[in-house]
Amino acid sequence: MIVVLRPGLLSSVQDLGRRGHAAIGVGPAGAMDPTLLRLANWLVGNADDAAAIECTLSGPCLRFDVDACIAWCGDADVRLDGAALPAWRPVPVARGSVLDAGALRRGARAYLAVAGGIAVAPVLGSRSVDVNAGLGPCEGRALRAGDRLPLAHDGAPRLRRAPAWSIAPWPWFDPTSERALRVLRGSHHGAMDQPSREALTAQRFRVSSESNRVGVRLIGPILRLRAPLELVSAPVTWGTLQLPPSGQPIMLAAEHPTTGGYPRIAHLIAADQSHLAQRRPGDSVVLQLVEAEETERLRQCREQALQRLHDTLKQRRRESGCDAST
Amino acid sequence: MSEDCVIEPLGDAALLLHFGDGIDAATNARVHAAAQAIAARQLPGIVELVPAYASLAVLFDAAQWPHAPETPAQRCAQALRQVLAQALPSQHDDTALIEIPVCYGGDFGPDLDAAAAGTAMAAAEFAAAHTEPEYRVAMLGFAAGFPYLLGLDARLHLPRRASPRTRVPAGAVAIGGAQTGIYPRELPGGWNLIGRTPLTLFDPQATPPNRLAAGMRVRFRAVDAATFSQLQTDRANP
Repeated sequence: MIVVLRPGLLSSVQDLGRRGHAAIGVGPAGAMDPTLLRLANWLVGNADDAAAIECTLSGPCLRFDVDACIAWCGDADVRLDGAALPAWRPVPVARGSVLDAGALRRGARAYLAVAGGIAVAPVLGSRSVDVNAGLGPCEGRALRAGDRLPLAHDGAPRLRRAPAWSIAPWPWFDPTSERALRVLRGSHHGAMDQPSREALTAQRFRVSSESNRVGVRLIGPILRLRAPLELVSAPVTWGTLQLPPSGQPIMLAAEHPTTGGYPRIAHLIAADQSHLAQRRPGDSVVLQLVEAEETERLRQCREQALQRLHDTLKQRRRESGCDAST
Repeated sequence: MSEDCVIEPLGDAALLLHFGDGIDAATNARVHAAAQAIAARQLPGIVELVPAYASLAVLFDAAQWPHAPETPAQRCAQALRQVLAQALPSQHDDTALIEIPVCYGGDFGPDLDAAAAGTAMAAAEFAAAHTEPEYRVAMLGFAAGFPYLLGLDARLHLPRRASPRTRVPAGAVAIGGAQTGIYPRELPGGWNLIGRTPLTLFDPQATPPNRLAAGMRVRFRAVDAATFSQLQTDRANP
């Protein structure tokens, strides 16, 4: 068991999300930064989609009631029984230890993976908590002090001490707001007036403090349609950039509703979900239009690089004695 | 089946199939027929189907669609066109008729009086007109288990409230524009609340979790406050 002593601003159990229930109005939820979740899982020898703890802007304080092996991916001052916890690598944790993570220094989200995964009972096929919908394990809510999280295998880790190696966070974790977020045109991109179409990619937006796991609200130039559109509710997805009547677009994220009635002016490419997830309120967002062919090339390069990292990590873990046979 | 179906990308991991632009039963039936045909084919690399009023989203896993020289989206679209070319229009008129008990007006439907006042009807007449038609579930969306129903009497069409409520109670029966629906849980919402049902519409622990599904036929039955309470008690102590 892991006991939550202090939850942090918004910490929740997340895996790679819930699939197959959108037809009944159940969205995916899942990690806002799916890449960082995968890296954290790989570091402790888990499958990509094991459940871990997602932290938002500040970290939790947790007590481990069992020996465990953990990995922290993110940028914060994390203490394990008072000593600095090395990040981006597997670390053994002794029973009774207390992990205390402070505010995230850079980036908006961090992940704490535990070997074996957080073993809360799945709901509709996933361990992700949909905080906005109130759906999922943990009563469908963010963590609270006193919550107890079961682990898939409570037992002594084979790792005796944290290895000297770690993975390089960059380019997977990029807490600067320098890179443009790449988008594809949406169905109603052409329905915007000419100045708005130009402003969409030429001007800078800021992340509103009203943003959450449902969507990232962008503050910037007011975007307008050439004429009002009467739309019937249609499917939306992770990354859909909706334009409500206020003229301030909303980029839908992990807890997006399955359908929406606002014009869809653009869509974030999947490879840039992680970069959106790390923007904090007030951070700048510049959008860049890309074409579908380019997107596919980017996706392939990225997945190949991640696969190489996965294989390297497996090798490193073996050399460090993480995966010695039982 | 595939004629007039426009397929366009919905980002880089989904396609949107358009069957029309309006809220009508014929277009909606084509959406569900297409969803059934695609689901029946069990194409590898398709991870989710999201039917709506007049469109259907197909989410795919790009890694499972061979790409060069076309993109996965193009390959997936080709496969979907082939499925649709062979699909037959669905016949779902034989689905069960689900009856939804509703207590109209008062605290159960705080907007009923104002809604009726906007028409030439008395509140009771307005409520009766809401129970009259046989509705069809066009889609579930907005929130888990929220049904959008087709078939609302044109006299009952109401603009959405200027300022949405931050809390609409579970079971609220509401009208938004030409649509009527039921809030499955406490949610923020801008529709006009005319009544409330004691039934649970969505329970993630149940199989299936949703009481209503797209294509189902629905009729509302007016009940009084005492019956509402009784049904609510029955639900709590089955």
